[in-house]
Amino acid sequence: MTRLLLSALLLLTVHSARAGDWPQFRGPGGTGIADAKGLPVQWSVTENVRWCAELPGRGVSSPVVAGGRAYVTAASTYRERRLHVLCFDAVSGEKMWERQLAATGPTLCHPKTSMAAPTPVTDGRHVYALFATGDLAAFTRDGDLLWYRALQRDYPDITNQVGMAASPVLAGDTLLLPLENAGDSFALGVDVKTGRNRWKTPRRRDINWVTPFVTRFRGKTAALFQTAGDITAYDTDTGEILWSYKGNHLGSIPSPTFVEDLVIVPGTPSVALRVGADGNPQVAWKSHKLKAAYASPVVYQGRIYALTDIGVACLDAATGQEIWRERLGTGFSASPVIADGKLYVAKEGGATSVIQLGDKPKILANNDLKETLLATPAIANDAIYLRTEKHLYCIAAKK
Amino acid sequence: MVEEVEREFPDMRRLISGQWLVLLLLPASVSAQTSAEALARLQAVGREGAGNEAAAHAWKAIVRQGPAVLPLILQAMNDADAIAANWLRTAGDAIVERTLAAGKPLPAEALEQFIRQRQHSGAARRLAYEWLCRIDAKAPDRLLPGMLQDPSPELRRDAVAAALRQARGRLDQGHKEAARAAYRRALAGACDKDQVDLIVKALEQLGDKVDVAAHFGFVRQWLIVAPFDNHNDAGFNSAYPPEKGVDPKAVYKGKDGKEIRWVAVTTDDPYGVVNLNKELGKQKGVVAYAYAAIESPKEQPIQVRAGSMNGIKIFLNGQELYHRDEYHHGMEVDQHIASATLKAGRNELLVKVCQNEQTEDWAQEWKFQVRLCDAVGAAVPFTQRLVQTNNLPKRGKEAKP
Repeated sequence: MTRLLLSALLLLTVHSARAGDWPQFRGPGGTGIADAKGLPVQWSVTENVRWCAELPGRGVSSPVVAGGRAYVTAASTYRERRLHVLCFDAVSGEKMWERQLAATGPTLCHPKTSMAAPTPVTDGRHVYALFATGDLAAFTRDGDLLWYRALQRDYPDITNQVGMAASPVLAGDTLLLPLENAGDSFALGVDVKTGRNRWKTPRRRDINWVTPFVTRFRGKTAALFQTAGDITAYDTDTGEILWSYKGNHLGSIPSPTFVEDLVIVPGTPSVALRVGADGNPQVAWKSHKLKAAYASPVVYQGRIYALTDIGVACLDAATGQEIWRERLGTGFSASPVIADGKLYVAKEGGATSVIQLGDKPKILANNDLKETLLATPAIANDAIYLRTEKHLYCIAAKK
Repeated sequence: MVEEVEREFPDMRRLISGQWLVLLLLPASVSAQTSAEALARLQAVGREGAGNEAAAHAWKAIVRQGPAVLPLILQAMNDADAIAANWLRTAGDAIVERTLAAGKPLPAEALEQFIRQRQHSGAARRLAYEWLCRIDAKAPDRLLPGMLQDPSPELRRDAVAAALRQARGRLDQGHKEAARAAYRRALAGACDKDQVDLIVKALEQLGDKVDVAAHFGFVRQWLIVAPFDNHNDAGFNSAYPPEKGVDPKAVYKGKDGKEIRWVAVTTDDPYGVVNLNKELGKQKGVVAYAYAAIESPKEQPIQVRAGSMNGIKIFLNGQELYHRDEYHHGMEVDQHIASATLKAGRNELLVKVCQNEQTEDWAQEWKFQVRLCDAVGAAVPFTQRLVQTNNLPKRGKEAKP
């Protein structure tokens, strides 16, 4: 009996998302912060590459890592009509399995994006992969198909011809899907065990790419959905609105984030909201120093780090006042991430800047993989996972 | 497990006769009953995930059967909708992956036989081809040369790609005439724009001209009437008089009460693009209708394939085939696809192209293109007869696409 319990506990430990994992877009809780140390500062296509796997197609989705497995999606063939979900051993890089789907929705999109734009999400035992075509599949960590939905068949007007790119996120046993478009627009809460709808609630009818942020308000788990015109907190169990803030020129691509009692809403200007005891959000500050483009801001030790057109800006999270800004050049699609006191900023050309954070920033390295790099890096355990146009790199220091 | 299957799916009417035939031929190691019932479960998945749980059990049961069940999976794809086909595809892929990882063989002969039988689903044949290629590196050379006119779009594309490589090789060796002939052979099978573009460019460098619009089956001659009102995008769902029947000599009250008439427009764009800003003058918040009389030599199933970055509706012989209420998010050949049937003789094709009121520089385009092709994307035979209007009377002149 004891052995059985130990085995069960071990299985739970192995299979569940846990510290060190990077289970969704922008990592644990969507914060963009990894609990990792001993990461390499410098790398290249040959230096500090633990493994590199060739991918069967394009994609701008990030890899996710949990339970010793790294998952990534891709899209291939003419007009990206073939969709791929791949699973690798996170340490050795061995391909564990690959499953393919034929796209059931339209595949027209802006050339910069891809049908493999949304980042998958994993709980360590399953991986949930959404594509811009509306194809949504859940696989076990061993590659068994748990369920599958062709969302565009259920809701014909949900896709758009720029390309959906917002990623699904998990809140307990509910998978949250932002399906916000000009034609049909709604948020969906899906039962992770069956793929059936738990709730469906209408959203602003406009094309939108924001991945929701899950947090807690007054004892309830809430998902923050943001568009150019609003940020709204939904009860993840029921889909009921907990609070909503209407704004102008909020970001339609970067995700909101949370620090102390403030919700940081990227926009032009960005807004910090404090939700009062009455449940209504109040504006704490606004800042034009933090403008919304593609990348989501990351909050670390009371400071906000956000990408500008030409570099990175650091703001005081409590006041919105700028502390410093650093030039890095241009061309950012990926969101910055933080680990071990360092900021990692991936540029479209393939270089990743590593910046030591502090009262003054210090650029430690610019590591060029010489290949298009649009996906946000993933950092899990002692490794950085970079998804370029054609490859998945596992970057780690030699032991 | 089987009892559960029978309770949830008591009859097997969804199984087509071909599947039963394959079932009878299965090796003894494969449970025909389990396989048939499990496949039926996958084919029964409905809207919004209805049937997902039963399908997940069935998926595992099928995968447990191993490689012997692959022909049955392929056969089942013949009768599967897009959702069931993906359940089947992933089951087959899992079997192939696990079989090869265990060092066991795939049923190569059965796969090749399935690929060669064109009556099967194109997607299933391509899947069988992919599996076969994993164990037989010579399969492409053996199979693709005979697939330039294949009814499977993916296999035909593979065949065209192989023919292109051959043509390029001839050219690199300095054999221009052989290269020209090879490119012409490739063009005869090519339906995808990227491949056609490559071939046309190569042929033009060899001194050959290609009528691209005819190759694709673009409709080139239209009557156009505009503007009807689309203020606040409301015109998209307003059925203006042309939707109730086209009279080429009619005079309509358009936007702001202005009298408007049909005008004849012929596009010489290789991809059949009609630029409404150029033909009618730049306007915003408006609806245009484009009408074409299509003469078909026979009754034939077709696809109407359109491209437009404007709100679009397509009607054939008075029936709405397709609509998409989306603006300025890109335009591509074959962006919008609707299936229909052309009747023998005269057919009336009507396209509604809506322009919204966005003011951004990137939101000013107002254009469309339409082609008539088969399910693979190859042009179908049709001619166009110019229709007499009040404005530009023309009579009796026929044009092939």
